Amino acid sequence: MTELEPRREPPPPRPSGGFAERSPLVQLALARLRSFYREPEAVFWSFGFPILLTIALGIAFRAKPPDPVRAAVVAGPRAEAVRAALAAGPAVDVRVLGDEEAHRALRGGQVAVVVEPGDPPVYRFDPTSPDSRLARTVVDDLLQGAAGRRDVFAARTERFTEPGSRYVDFLVPGLLGMNVMSSGMWGVGWVIVEDRQKKLLKRIVATPMRRSEYLLAFVIMRMLFLVVEVPILVGFAMLAFGTPLRGRVLDLGVIMAVGAMAFAGLGLLVGSRARNSQTVGGLINLVMMPMFVLSGVFFSSRHFPEAMQPAIRILPLTALNDGLRAIMNDGTSLTALGSQLAILAVVAAGSFALALRWFRWT
Amino acid sequence: MGDLAIRCRGLVKRYPPDVLAVDGLDLEIRRGECFGLLGPNGAGKTTTIEILEGLLDPTAGEIEVLGRRWSDHPQELRARLGITLQETRLPDRLTVEEILRLFRSFYPRGRTIEAVLGLVALEDKRKARYERLSGGQKQRLAVACALVSEPELLFLDEPTTGLDPQSRRQLWDVVEEARSSGHTVLLTTHYMDEAERLCDRVAIVDHGKVIALGTPRELVARVVGQEVVEFEAPHDGVEEASVRALPGVEAARHEGRSWSLTVSGLHVAIPALLDHLDARGVPLTALSTHRASLEDVFVTLTGRRLRD
Repeated sequence: MTELEPRREPPPPRPSGGFAERSPLVQLALARLRSFYREPEAVFWSFGFPILLTIALGIAFRAKPPDPVRAAVVAGPRAEAVRAALAAGPAVDVRVLGDEEAHRALRGGQVAVVVEPGDPPVYRFDPTSPDSRLARTVVDDLLQGAAGRRDVFAARTERFTEPGSRYVDFLVPGLLGMNVMSSGMWGVGWVIVEDRQKKLLKRIVATPMRRSEYLLAFVIMRMLFLVVEVPILVGFAMLAFGTPLRGRVLDLGVIMAVGAMAFAGLGLLVGSRARNSQTVGGLINLVMMPMFVLSGVFFSSRHFPEAMQPAIRILPLTALNDGLRAIMNDGTSLTALGSQLAILAVVAAGSFALALRWFRWT
Repeated sequence: MGDLAIRCRGLVKRYPPDVLAVDGLDLEIRRGECFGLLGPNGAGKTTTIEILEGLLDPTAGEIEVLGRRWSDHPQELRARLGITLQETRLPDRLTVEEILRLFRSFYPRGRTIEAVLGLVALEDKRKARYERLSGGQKQRLAVACALVSEPELLFLDEPTTGLDPQSRRQLWDVVEEARSSGHTVLLTTHYMDEAERLCDRVAIVDHGKVIALGTPRELVARVVGQEVVEFEAPHDGVEEASVRALPGVEAARHEGRSWSLTVSGLHVAIPALLDHLDARGVPLTALSTHRASLEDVFVTLTGRRLRD
């Protein structure tokens, strides 16, 4: 700007910058965003760690050919015939051992069944071990067949290991849910308490900033976080492991957004009064730990007793994980996930309402 | 009325069960002046200033800030005030410029970032992250955050506590600059040199009450006198009454061997004192004089030092 006339009065304060520069909401959200991405640890725990976990667990639980059945035959005159009959079967690993040796191998778990040739033969096995029971059945089938038994019918079998049923397919939605939970709780609860502890909160409520905008900046930050996190983790799992995304992307986005609000709300709630970060760290872990275990992140929550299921079903992380798995693995549409959405929405609304009532600003 | 920036009557702040942080404090601060609340730690300075800033509710008392009450015009007042708290930590990972832009966005009117950077002499640190600034630079940035809105009234709570001498002087320059550009300033401090250098008027606060009020010079002259003579001599050889009766001596106090006299005419009092001690055969082990300061005012009024 050039000045054509000499100025007599000091000019009025220039309305500085554009909308972004004048908007407290934009500036607050930018401050959050910068504080986050300039903290390499935070970025790693949010984005790198889930990917590493997916890789590690995806490799550990990758699909493998079925283990062979391991059997021992007690040495004796008929041992060779029995061994040959068993070795003819698919995926049977058989050896001939002395009586004492065979006993030791069975006890040590190197073999799952010991056959004493005879008429009829004797099977030694451990009926409490699924491995051992399976080995007994396989061995019996083979020996009966070798002795001339005919099957009444021959069933056709189909292998079922398609994407969606493998462990990695179970895991990825669980990790997404877990990540939304922990990043929401730490990113809101911890950060607010840090602001309070540093007296930054007190300093900014002494300005005319609207308090709602301070909180809204966190919500914006959570949504931005999803926009980055979901494509990274889902995209990685799809490329590296062929994890399916059978449902609609929009449905996935909606349930993630509602879930993120639920955990942002819980973060706000635990951070609403705490004065120092140790306190809030303890509270966050207290809230998250049961859900890590119960809500089906790494293994299905159906493993827990029936009596606990109603309580587990209403946990927000259970609702989110169930919803994510249904959308990604089964292609379920959002309309069929009403109860999960309702749980998340109630947690979000309830926690925000309580947190705002209790919030300690100064 | 219109020339008062702050009017406060009978201010009381009680923390249950039995802490009385502010005990009936009265204060009138004029527009355009730099006013200092001076007192030891725990005197109630910070509580008072935070009540005036609208951050704490008083237990009792009447307060008008810029002719307004906090209960009626909170948003308007927040827009017209600039404050620094004791020990605020700004966001570590943000730069000076980003922090100023954040604070600027909260206000409808104010200075440009450029202008504020100039005021606090941080132009060459604009791209530096907060975590990389020195203590003095951090404190100047805190003041800058208070100046972005071009506030009518500036609150500075112990602005130089913990700073090295050079940083303190730089901050004083900032405060003097702000004051000369028309801001009313209320600052708290427990450094009397700071108060003497910056403040037009000071109130000395102790146990939540104002115990003395005036310009630093007035207070010194009224409460203490011009000069202070300090000496050490065995306590049993000297009587307080006879020392006080010496010509030129206005007051005398002692703690064990250490004596402190307030004196109006040094040229009269010193020879008289020496003669007096000599005549009694009392050995003098130390003698010094200094111009009376606010510290002496505080000691005279309370019998304690400001910073123990």
